[in-house]
Amino acid sequence: MNDDTLLSARGLNLRFGAVTALDQVDCDLWPGEVLAIVGESGSGKTTLLNVLSGRMAPQSGVVWYRDPNGHLVDVHAMPAPALRALHRSDWGFVHQNPRDNLRMGVTAGGNVGERLMAQGSRHYGNIRAEAIAWLEQVEIDADRVDHLPRTFSGGMLQRLQIARTLVTHPRLVFMDEPTGGLDVSVQARLLDLIRSLVRRLGIAVVLVTHDLAVARLLAHRVMVMQRGVVVESGLTDQVLDDPQHPYTQLLVSSVLSA
Amino acid sequence: MAYVAVKGGERAIDNAHRWMADERRGDQAVPEISTAQIAEQLGRSVDRVMAEGSLYDPGLAALAVKQAQGDLIEAAFLLRAYRTTLPRFAATSPVETATMTIARRISAVFKDMPGGQILGPTTDYTHRLLDFALEAGFTPQAAEQAEPDLAAMPRIHDILGHEGLIEADQPSDAEPFDITRQPLAFPASRDARLQSLARGDEGFLLAMGYSTQRGWGGSHPFVGEIRVGEVAVEIEPPELGFAIDIGDLPVTECQMVNQFAGSRTQPPQFTRGYGLVFGHGERKAMAMALVDRALRASELGEEATAPAQNQEFVIYHCDNIEATGFVEHLKLPHYVDFQSELETIRRMRADAEREMAHESQEAAQ
Amino acid sequence: MNGYNFAYLDEQTKRMIRRSLLKAVAIPGHQIPFGSREMPLPYGWGTGGIQVTAAVLGADDTLKVIDQGADDTTNAVSIRRFFARTAGVATTTHTAEATIIQTRHRIPEEPLREDQIIVYQVPQPEPLSKLEPSRAETKRMHGLSEYGLMHVKLYEDITRYGHVSISYDYPVMVNGRYLMAPSPIPAFDNPKMDMMPALQLFGAGREKRLYAVPPYTKVASLDFDDHPFRTTRAPQVCGLCGSGVSYLDEVVTDDKGGRLFVCSDTDYCETRRAEGHAGTELAA
Repeated sequence: MNDDTLLSARGLNLRFGAVTALDQVDCDLWPGEVLAIVGESGSGKTTLLNVLSGRMAPQSGVVWYRDPNGHLVDVHAMPAPALRALHRSDWGFVHQNPRDNLRMGVTAGGNVGERLMAQGSRHYGNIRAEAIAWLEQVEIDADRVDHLPRTFSGGMLQRLQIARTLVTHPRLVFMDEPTGGLDVSVQARLLDLIRSLVRRLGIAVVLVTHDLAVARLLAHRVMVMQRGVVVESGLTDQVLDDPQHPYTQLLVSSVLSA
Repeated sequence: MAYVAVKGGERAIDNAHRWMADERRGDQAVPEISTAQIAEQLGRSVDRVMAEGSLYDPGLAALAVKQAQGDLIEAAFLLRAYRTTLPRFAATSPVETATMTIARRISAVFKDMPGGQILGPTTDYTHRLLDFALEAGFTPQAAEQAEPDLAAMPRIHDILGHEGLIEADQPSDAEPFDITRQPLAFPASRDARLQSLARGDEGFLLAMGYSTQRGWGGSHPFVGEIRVGEVAVEIEPPELGFAIDIGDLPVTECQMVNQFAGSRTQPPQFTRGYGLVFGHGERKAMAMALVDRALRASELGEEATAPAQNQEFVIYHCDNIEATGFVEHLKLPHYVDFQSELETIRRMRADAEREMAHESQEAAQ
Repeated sequence: MNGYNFAYLDEQTKRMIRRSLLKAVAIPGHQIPFGSREMPLPYGWGTGGIQVTAAVLGADDTLKVIDQGADDTTNAVSIRRFFARTAGVATTTHTAEATIIQTRHRIPEEPLREDQIIVYQVPQPEPLSKLEPSRAETKRMHGLSEYGLMHVKLYEDITRYGHVSISYDYPVMVNGRYLMAPSPIPAFDNPKMDMMPALQLFGAGREKRLYAVPPYTKVASLDFDDHPFRTTRAPQVCGLCGSGVSYLDEVVTDDKGGRLFVCSDTDYCETRRAEGHAGTELAA
């Protein structure tokens, strides 16, 4: 592990009964880097995301995170309050379904402002101004700040979730199929937005997707998973243009033929 | 009109009590009902009050029914308030329903089994016609009763258990949780849940159990067995070191046989829901068994999505004494809080009107 | 009273409650689960407050019981009689004479002293209950001090109405750590809780929780820097004693919009009148 590695996992194992979800998985992530975990459903990619983010404990193995002070912390040995604090500030989690993360009965401004308030912001005007600025960053009109999310389209909901997540300037964001379930044209706009935000803000991202096109557009590096095993990993272009493992070849060719 | 502060609360309360007593007695030309009459002739009411009041004492329960003018929730409340003043001597040994003196025993899963089906006293096959003969007074004929064969009355789940077809009891020597002494925390253990359900409101549990049958957390229930009769109650004082019989208790027990759980490697078994109440209360015992099974969803690896599967929802809300208190407390004066709401709403309306006036002024300019 | 222990509850139960109260005092604002007993009064009528009072009441105590600030409302009368019967203690309507004050929905106007205890009746001890119904979840939120959700509620109120719309049971932070429900007192009374010299005890019988604020503890009503907490009272003066600072009840005098405003704290009002103050209603 380098001195500047942001997140590092070694020897992760997890089984659900007879099913192997993770088998000796290692993984490293550097600041500002976007890492895509690709594979079919059941490959263990979402489990890996949950284990890396401390939401699920592995049966063996360790996940290290370098906190803003430069100290390495063992994610699964952290006290619950510290892990929650990390999730509220330095980390973010973007769910496939924005409804799993947003409060549908709370205005867009309240949704974006919540993490600021949880961190101790106590000035209504500032919180609201910050929320408006973030809505604009994700291309939602400022005059929607007092509207309830239920009046928003699917693409807007996903952008609102991203604003809610990024408002505390996290250094690391976990994304679970962030464009899943959206129309193709909406997907393209969202991918574009995510790409520019991530580049501009220098955020590191662990992205789970079954869609190789999403990985190609966003990720610097790709890890291919099959039945809990990382079968291939490397630079995105290298892995997708010249796949070495038969399973990766199959994935790439099925995209091409589709 | 000059304002006079409301005084004389004490006198009003005393008068209210006297009026209540008068109303309870009703027309004094009609003979007064005795608690013995209630205990003997309104047995199902008395049983329900004992179950929900969680105290077995038919005499006191009959008194409570009389005092409450037949309001069974109020009667259960009276019984509970009395119960809480009683010292707790010991926890009994688990009652052995396999050796119950049986009055009624039916199974819906086997046509016949050792000991047979015993219909006993039931309204299951009564045509619901008002019986005007009862109005005039009525002396019933004696029913023919066969002596039940105690030795040959195994419980249905013991029969299924021989083959390992149904999950086994988890025997435990630990002292059971006591919901009357300890505050509940969630997730609650099954002993705590069963205690809460045993004294839970019959109507609430009936509705919850019913909801599971209509698809809100279904578990494919069969009535394995319902048995009604008397069980011996035993305690084992530590200074004696052996169990002593302290009396008999009439109970109704319901064993539900539910959908099986298992996997390719773990042989599937039927699962169970359990209900037990004081006296003769089949509806309550069955509803309790349905709800008990529904509340086990998480421990059986099922997704808990329906209201009846939500422990906090069911356990916190099944207690009719707590529920009636909190619903009815809305009758108490709340004028201080209402006043604060009045001032707030007046202030907000004034703000809104100022805003509107301001806007129309701007529009006019 | 024959057949019952002093103050109704048996000594073992009272000890159990006192142990829980000690815990509550040690962790200001934190809800302590306790083995709440069934009381001969219905849940919602003050069973929690009665159990707390029973547990701390001694033979030398002088008890005052108020409901809506008044000593003569029926529930206050009923609870005062309960303790007069079961404990035989002296009772009073004068705030200054009481050593223990059990209250529903008000804090007396007269400042309380170090040698007094105020016992609040609490219907819902969980300040987050309206935002999150699961107690397993709110317990976790308290454990992690995660109160962003409560501030979201205040944010939404300001966005929608221009100010916070909570007018009673207004949530407070105790000692900078625990979010606490002050019981359904009007927000007007909240500032009295801050650095109060008297011990404040809270009992929720149905919900089986106790909590406490020790003397001289910081109690802050939630707010924003640019929307500070403010109290409301009817802008009138008391028609009986002329007080312009006390919390007022609004009495409907006719069906043509006639209103009379009088002190909700009856002892405060009577004391002022005895001192010679008079409002318009008495002067007329």
